[in-house]
Amino acid sequence: MPDRPIKVLIAKPGLDGHDRGAKVLARGLRDEGFEVVYTGIRQTPEMIVSAAVQEDVDVVGLSILSGAHLTLLPRITGLLREQGMTDVLVTAGGIIPDEDVPVLQAAGIAAVFGPGTSIGEVADYLRANVRPREP
Amino acid sequence: MTGTASADRGRALASAARSGDRRALGRLLTEVEDRSPAARAALGDLYPLAGAAHLVGITGPPGAGKSTLVTALVGEARSQGRAVAVLAIDPSSPITGGAILGDRVRMQQHAADDGVFIRSMATRGHAGGLAVATVDAASVLDACGFGLVLIETVGTGQGEVDIASLADTTVVVQAPEMGDEVQALKAGLLEVADIVAVTKADRPGADQAAASLRAMLTVGAQHDQAMGDRPRPRRPEVLLVSAMTGVGVPRLLGAIDGRAPASDASADRGSAGRARAEAQVLGLVLEGIRGRLATGPARARLDGEVRAVATHAADPYAAADRLLAALLGEDPG
Repeated sequence: MPDRPIKVLIAKPGLDGHDRGAKVLARGLRDEGFEVVYTGIRQTPEMIVSAAVQEDVDVVGLSILSGAHLTLLPRITGLLREQGMTDVLVTAGGIIPDEDVPVLQAAGIAAVFGPGTSIGEVADYLRANVRPREP
Repeated sequence: MTGTASADRGRALASAARSGDRRALGRLLTEVEDRSPAARAALGDLYPLAGAAHLVGITGPPGAGKSTLVTALVGEARSQGRAVAVLAIDPSSPITGGAILGDRVRMQQHAADDGVFIRSMATRGHAGGLAVATVDAASVLDACGFGLVLIETVGTGQGEVDIASLADTTVVVQAPEMGDEVQALKAGLLEVADIVAVTKADRPGADQAAASLRAMLTVGAQHDQAMGDRPRPRRPEVLLVSAMTGVGVPRLLGAIDGRAPASDASADRGSAGRARAEAQVLGLVLEGIRGRLATGPARARLDGEVRAVATHAADPYAAADRLLAALLGEDPG
């Protein structure tokens, strides 16, 4: 079914409780026609990866404002690879300094969306970059 | 990819999912949701292996505490070492097709537990409180060894009762602030409950709500005999439960377990199993008819009849009779 909605997991790894951005994005992507699984705050990498496997999402969107992104995000991409989810698109958003972006990209984060990114930009990026499914 | 190749892929996913590969199970459920040829092949292999699980519907109005109660029931079943699956349904937007699948927010404490499998599903335009693929997804989980499958419907109003024809046991969740006694008199959701769970028992007013539900729902019990074989609403057990304190959770799971169908997979599962089978087969037949009418000569014939009805040259009943007769190869008589 080629017109299947793209399924996105929006997750907040780690200990920050600032979920306004994640919720606004979840709602915005809903309005863009995505199926959005929202898992709430304070998620461990294991919880996020397990949810991604069970939900078989196309995209994992990680919102993080705590500063722990260099520790948590590579751990998540590593676990995803271990679970055989090599075809999932992983993106990040939140407060992430520019100099950390290449490090995250090397760890398998496809794109980093900082403050000021519009929901339309995120939606367009996901549509253009999500891996097509086998027919 | 050819049809055979996708059928092979479906069978391979089914076999891997059955051997405990969670990634394969997740993938297979996506195929089931997409109703793909791969899913069809997989279900051909898995359906004969299903039939042992207890399918339990959890339904009720938005905010009544369904997800929280499901989480508590999963915790209780896990403490007994049982494998549990959850299908959590949330509505798709009728405007954009998008959806927020938010039931996992309450359930994430079980996310990393290998004995629990939680899957969110969007309704994708299906009315009645479920997704169209829900029953197939439940069969897959059943065949993969989950003995207890909890199916959480969308937040319902008073009339979304599809779950009752799918589940072996239907639990209707009511919050204490459900309204006055007249709400319990109304036809619909409460009539299809096997068990009514009054949630938030830690809050004031919960006892009273349970008492008035009991009074209203059992008021017709003595009338049942006089009704003979006529269809009658169920006379549910009303149980108080607090997911927050845990009070009533073991009792509720016990009541659910007490309604489990015979565990022999090949046995006739009684009226719930027959109702489910009938709903499935009928649903697929009707879908097939719709599909046949969508293209080819049947489509041309349909267009002709529609034109005739639109111009009042034919009445809609006669037009439908002719179309059905043509499809089924019968003489319209």
